[in-house]
Amino acid sequence: MHLSRRTFVRGGVTAFTYGFIAPHVLQDVAAAQGQTSRNLVVVYLSGGNDALSTVIPYRDPFYYSRRPSIAVPAGTVLQIGQDRSGAHLGLHPRLRGLKRVFDGGRLAIVQRTGYPNSSRSHFTGYDIWGTANPTAPSGPGWLGRYLDSLPGPLDPLVAWNTERQTPRPLMANTMGIHSIVNPATYVLASPNTGAEALAEREAQARIASHVPVERPHLAFVNGTTRAALNTIDRVATVAAYRPSATYPTSGFGQALRAVAGAMNRGIGTRIFWVQTGGYDTHAGQGVNTGSYFNLMGTLDDGLKAFHDDLQVQGLLGSTLVLIYTEFGRRVFENGSQGTDHGAGGVMMLMGGGVRGGLHGTAADLRPDPQNPTLESSAGDVRHETDFRSVYASIIDRWLGADSVSLLGGDFRTGAPPVL
Amino acid sequence: MHEHILRRMGFGASPDDLSYFADFTPAQLIDELLHYAEAPDGTDALIGHPAHAGVTVRGTFSPDTVINDARQRWLFRMMHTRRPLQEKLALFWHHYFATAYSKVAGTFGSIHATKMMDAARQPNGTRGQVQMFRDMATGNFRDLLIEVAKDPAMLVWLDGRTNIRTRPQENFGRELMELFTVGVGQHTEADVYAAARVFTGWNLELVVVNNRTDEVNSYYRSIYNPAQHDTDPKTFSFPIYPDGSRTIPARAAAQGVQDGLDLIDALARHPATAERLARRLYAFFINDVDAPDEGLIRQAAEAYRTSGTFSIHAMLRRLLHSPEFLSSANVYQRYAWPVEYVVRAIKETGWRGLSVDAAITPLVNMGQSLYEPPDVNGWATGPHWFTTSSMLARLNFASTLATNQRTNLVREAQAFRASPERVLEFLLARYQTPGFSSDGYSALHDYLRAGIRWTGTDAQLTTKVPGAVRLLLGSSEFQFV
Repeated sequence: MHLSRRTFVRGGVTAFTYGFIAPHVLQDVAAAQGQTSRNLVVVYLSGGNDALSTVIPYRDPFYYSRRPSIAVPAGTVLQIGQDRSGAHLGLHPRLRGLKRVFDGGRLAIVQRTGYPNSSRSHFTGYDIWGTANPTAPSGPGWLGRYLDSLPGPLDPLVAWNTERQTPRPLMANTMGIHSIVNPATYVLASPNTGAEALAEREAQARIASHVPVERPHLAFVNGTTRAALNTIDRVATVAAYRPSATYPTSGFGQALRAVAGAMNRGIGTRIFWVQTGGYDTHAGQGVNTGSYFNLMGTLDDGLKAFHDDLQVQGLLGSTLVLIYTEFGRRVFENGSQGTDHGAGGVMMLMGGGVRGGLHGTAADLRPDPQNPTLESSAGDVRHETDFRSVYASIIDRWLGADSVSLLGGDFRTGAPPVL
Repeated sequence: MHEHILRRMGFGASPDDLSYFADFTPAQLIDELLHYAEAPDGTDALIGHPAHAGVTVRGTFSPDTVINDARQRWLFRMMHTRRPLQEKLALFWHHYFATAYSKVAGTFGSIHATKMMDAARQPNGTRGQVQMFRDMATGNFRDLLIEVAKDPAMLVWLDGRTNIRTRPQENFGRELMELFTVGVGQHTEADVYAAARVFTGWNLELVVVNNRTDEVNSYYRSIYNPAQHDTDPKTFSFPIYPDGSRTIPARAAAQGVQDGLDLIDALARHPATAERLARRLYAFFINDVDAPDEGLIRQAAEAYRTSGTFSIHAMLRRLLHSPEFLSSANVYQRYAWPVEYVVRAIKETGWRGLSVDAAITPLVNMGQSLYEPPDVNGWATGPHWFTTSSMLARLNFASTLATNQRTNLVREAQAFRASPERVLEFLLARYQTPGFSSDGYSALHDYLRAGIRWTGTDAQLTTKVPGAVRLLLGSSEFQFV
């Protein structure tokens, strides 16, 4: 059964309450949890990134024969060496910034990540990766469960979602997740000014302080309003941030700029969610020039600026960036110079604490139904590393929590040594 | 009850709407709104007329070719239409068959894309996708699916235009089953491949008029290209024909379009489709807060199945004439979509001197830009509309509206200037909500008195009434329809 985002919330609206603590306590909490703690920035590539165009097996003849019009020529890939199976690999030519990070040992690439019986549905796939639960992908997300496990009182800004809607992975039982798309517009307007506007803001907060137990949906919206009103002043400090690197004007670049600002101001956030879309490249994929080339540009320009900014600020060592998507795409191109939904994909981790390099092995793209690295009659990449083992490393080694309880099982075995 | 019916079957009620329908019983009002074809269809002619909301004209107002003007026109229609259910259903179908302008514009440019999204009916027989939804909103669901499969914007959005015999393209075939009809779990990956092959050759072409190839005169229409159709048989995991047969037979390419019609017919007949559609309509019209009433969903699905014509109207009729629709247990048990919130706020506050353009950027910040659903699954509705940033966007639009309507509000409030209690009485009658707690009421009351000794002068009303309107429109109580 398909358990959508909607189903979850309808059954569990009481789950969405924001934490409320007096402002002076908040400052203490922020100070205690803030600058000294580690940050996790999750970058989600929405639509199903074509792993074979990101990390390219440029010596595999079947890569070229099965993708006659969308393969990247061997001469233009950014070579990153061989994996332990001996496959020669190269990054997409537009990933020049990530290549530099890779060469510096700060980028880990985990090939062929996925899970058994991979869903080809965007929405189911997204929920499976979000909950880390392929059989029942509903309820709180894996990071939401982490937040739920933390001892209170939690700073309400402990998690910061740069999208307008709460992503499944951050959905928590014990708290609402702040959505802050742009710190500069995270403000409250009023028809009046001065003391009148202030009185109005206080009245709005007072109206929203009502928690009707018999109407949890009303209590939820009230909680959202109070959460916004309680944090706008703190978020305003982030709007004034002046980064040390030039971020691109893309939504992705600006979201990363806000994340760096939040870290710089030490406002207490530990988990950030950033998203960039357009990866559902069914037609006219434009790997060498066009859509996909531009996707790689958006990704690379944003991450490069972020990396350099954090490095200057000395925040790279306390930051881990996880980059993932809901599935890889088919090995062969379709009739529209694109690729349809597939299975195994690629995860990447960036940061000062990352053990960089190539992890796992590339698929052999030979179109033989018996080929063990492929599935669906050699049409899709078969996963080699369960994505939950990467989550387990992040939970255990980076966040300092217990992956077995948060993931509902032991996925440490077979985890690539990324941290 | 009238306000409830008009919030659900339309976008709320202005004071004029309420007096117009005052003599109707609830059942009569529901019937009147349901049989909207008998109501006048001339809303667009009112654009620019006094006593209506304004639009912002940049150069010329071109809602068929400029997307921002199309957004203004749709908001204007939601405000002033005599057929509110038609616009409400157009929004429902826009969410259900979610297609985003930006991809179409990226492919064929902004003028063609705007035409494909929502051009009015043209002399050449074409119309935009949302206009097609308006025209077929309560009709035959199978016919609607066929129109969707042939729709130029959809052929771009889900890449059907690139679906060819030698290399079938799965995008449309997959979503047709996963999102538009039977749902996840009711079809296999092999069905996806087969469905892709079924629609090979369904494409669109540019029609040049009088040798004029410019974007305003030329247009796209759907075609079937037999040379690109896969003529082999296609077998599915579910019955395609009433006799239980699961295989669409091999056909000559010239007759290949029948493959798609056969598959759509089978999907429209599939029991999972009726139930899925009933659930979606239930959540839209009756309640998206509580667990659904399974009995009513079964009845609605049954009404569709027994209609013999895949009748959306039959399903709607069953839902809207049910006791549940009017039950107090379901009143205000539906999270307001941003578009609903904005239009209702304007209808209840007033619009003299307001351009609907003022709502367009706030709607983006609230998470619902018309013609720009986030993906083919539509918007994430219900509580997902509400995050701290989208709530601030609602609060800030409320401020914009209250500021814009300050003079009109003060004029209306003058009759109630005797005391803050009277002003509050006026405002609470104007803005219907499930009711405030005693502390919420006190907060409103205290705000009216804060910092002043009440005398009820125009100067006090000018400050306090818009502030109080902002508080009401920004309250949680107002975020439900």
